[in-house]
Amino acid sequence: MLTSYVPIFIFIVIAAAFAAFTIVFARLVSAQKPNAIKLEPYECGIEAAGDARDRYSIRYYLIAMLFVIFDVETVFMFPWAVSLGKLAVFGLIEMLLFLFILVVGYFYAWRKGALEWQL
Amino acid sequence: MPAWLPPPAVLAHLGLILVVFNMLVLSAAFMVWMERKVCAYIQDRNGPNRVGFEGVLQPFADVIKLLFKEELRPKAADALLFAIAPVISAAAAFAAFAVIPFGTSTTLWGLLDQPIPLQVTDVNVAVLVIFAITSMGIYGIVLAGWSSNSKYSLLGGLRSSAQMISYELSYGLALAAVIMLAGSLSLREIVLNQAGTWWGFIPRWYVFLQPIGFLIFMTAGVAETNRAPFDFPEAEQELVAGYHTEYSSMSFAMFFLAEYVNMVTVSAVATSLFLGGWLGPFLPDWLAWVWFLVKVFLILFFYVWMRWTLPRYRYDQLMEFGWKYLLPVAVLNLLATAALILWIG
Repeated sequence: MLTSYVPIFIFIVIAAAFAAFTIVFARLVSAQKPNAIKLEPYECGIEAAGDARDRYSIRYYLIAMLFVIFDVETVFMFPWAVSLGKLAVFGLIEMLLFLFILVVGYFYAWRKGALEWQL
Repeated sequence: MPAWLPPPAVLAHLGLILVVFNMLVLSAAFMVWMERKVCAYIQDRNGPNRVGFEGVLQPFADVIKLLFKEELRPKAADALLFAIAPVISAAAAFAAFAVIPFGTSTTLWGLLDQPIPLQVTDVNVAVLVIFAITSMGIYGIVLAGWSSNSKYSLLGGLRSSAQMISYELSYGLALAAVIMLAGSLSLREIVLNQAGTWWGFIPRWYVFLQPIGFLIFMTAGVAETNRAPFDFPEAEQELVAGYHTEYSSMSFAMFFLAEYVNMVTVSAVATSLFLGGWLGPFLPDWLAWVWFLVKVFLILFFYVWMRWTLPRYRYDQLMEFGWKYLLPVAVLNLLATAALILWIG
């Protein structure tokens, strides 16, 4: 059973090795002449002001948390979708109940403004 | 045959893996050329036409140029993460293709006892594998954006990850509707379920049973691959190049490669799930993969066409569209599909 995953693993290894090899190879064959100005982060040619390790919008965290909730829901739907034939109407009703709880949370998030991007 | 060699079936499988890998790299190179050429014709100019016939060798010339470019790493960057981000991106992009079937099976003109399927591997949860591996690609982008320690890169990486996770939900729900029709998570079985025709001339492709699902899938696919009109991570005019602003030389090329391979993969998944994969009329079984290539190519062309025709969305519009429209529609589509399947039986 698990042997069918071995080719995927080989594929990942080949792809990663290919990427790593070309990057290292390019480094070896290309001329490297770094200087202080070149090693500054790019900021339209002027000197960089401050660091990028700064605070960023809370929205990204909110989206990430909402994603986790809804992604678990999606993952839950995959086995349900495959076995709908066996679960029949009982399965549909179960899923409707499950979704109802989720939709309540969804509208709560919507009303609270978690889905608005503009402040 | 010397005894130390693995059995022919294993060798054939390894050969197949290498062939698929090379085809992916070549198709990415071809896509780069096609993109520039189509864009040029849309803008009423010639595009690359110096290297090779009509410039087909242009991507290779570009790779050689990039190979000899200086590799720079900002001194404030996180060295380890900066180095591995492009590798993660490329590996994730390639890996998702491993489960996609692109033809029936072959014995290599009788060389093998057992026919091997034209697919790197046929796992019984292929759809889940694709779902999992495409999410892995986000890591490459986030790490690249954060580790560069540049403001443009950070913003590009954040935007990109927020956009990808937002559209991944609708993407997954559109997949779920097809899975429900097929009753299987294996892509080979899903494709085989689409064999035959209705009334003798309409192929039994799921795109006809799931038109809304197909639209959702394609929209989410465009957002997942960060392509115009949803190309916010790159948004040249505001973020320079987004998460790969600080990358140069081959590390940059890897992100570029990953982007195009991702497009090929999304098109291949769409082909398998909605357009009947390698199934098509007129061609004998052993040439069925030609249909697969044709369908994937048409979707890719559509991608390019869209990029050079539509203006970019605004970021808040994008998030609003994903969460307030696409997600509810995808859920309703799934429920309607379930109800119809149970009703019709």
